Amino acid sequence: MIGGYLAGHSLLHRLPAGVKLIGLAALSVLLVPVGDPFVLVLALAVVVIVYASFGRQGVARLFQWRPLLPVLLMIGALQLWAASFEVAAASILRILLMVLLADLVTLSTRLQDMMDALMVVLRPFERLGLDARRLSLAVALVLRFVPVLVAGWHGRAEAWRARSGRRPGLALVGAFFAGVLKNADQVAEALEARGFAADQTPPAGEGRG
Amino acid sequence: MLVRTALMAALIGALGLVPPIFLPVLPGVPISTQNLAVMLAGLMLGARGGAAASALFVLVVLLGAPLLTGGRGGLGVLAGPTVGFFLGFVPGAYVTGLLAERLRFSAFLSALVAAFVGGVLVVYLCGIPALALVAGIGLERAALGTAVFLPGDVLKSIAAAVLASTVMARWRAGSR
Repeated sequence: MIGGYLAGHSLLHRLPAGVKLIGLAALSVLLVPVGDPFVLVLALAVVVIVYASFGRQGVARLFQWRPLLPVLLMIGALQLWAASFEVAAASILRILLMVLLADLVTLSTRLQDMMDALMVVLRPFERLGLDARRLSLAVALVLRFVPVLVAGWHGRAEAWRARSGRRPGLALVGAFFAGVLKNADQVAEALEARGFAADQTPPAGEGRG
Repeated sequence: MLVRTALMAALIGALGLVPPIFLPVLPGVPISTQNLAVMLAGLMLGARGGAAASALFVLVVLLGAPLLTGGRGGLGVLAGPTVGFFLGFVPGAYVTGLLAERLRFSAFLSALVAAFVGGVLVVYLCGIPALALVAGIGLERAALGTAVFLPGDVLKSIAAAVLASTVMARWRAGSR
């Protein structure tokens, strides 16, 4: 299943999600005024060591952020042009540091724990009509739909390649979307049949999603 | 409606995972299709539904699902330079839906204008200031750096309009 959680028993894993989130927010605020690249490099080194302590998967996790590199390089180039090397280095390092710190919270917290922490924040909004149960059902549905959709796309791409030998092109998109929509309506019917009415709140105490 | 909202949110996520499509018009430039799905959410579900689907996607990514283009996800996204473009998906889908409901051109043209204004202009409007702020590079330079994506985004608006006014038109008519 997809998810940003990395199983483990470290100190970070054992801390409650709320504590980690508050700690992260505090660290982010503290980091903003730091402009010395040397201090930032040191902090980054510490963070990388924490990642490394999670073993190979932890190191692999660092590479998840590779798509950020072109953007960071662009920012660095623009700042080098506008300001100085020091400013450019500091801002790239600060962004990297903040991203990696935040990802530490994500990788050490189960999605369900994160959701529970969120519910605490959202509780006051329930009076305004927010339904926490429907929200968790929606999140669960999204997480379930994504691999189904991706599998659907790959299935069509394979069928295409088996027949043409060319790279799958735009022609595939229409068929893919048509299939997606049919899927949605089937799931909606199935949910309705199990007590999740289309537009109203489901009866309390019934249905587990 | 819940299922359709969740499905559109999942579609935004799925398009972040599938390998980018290579268009014959721009050889070698990979086009991420993620914001195409944001435009579609607005066109298909209307202003409120589209915004709800995008907000749901944003929530799921922040909870930790690595669904942003290139497999990024989690709270780290909030600290990154592209945070404005990411959060801009919500108002972007809203404006797309709003314009698609209000505009009185032909179905295709309305969808095209709505997708471009909502899915591109509004998203840029959120993304560029955030990029300037996070990176500390000033608005002009942030806009300059973003301009690289404009041609691809124009093509995506066209694609969204084509899809919305053909394949998906029947589905929308029956939306609950």
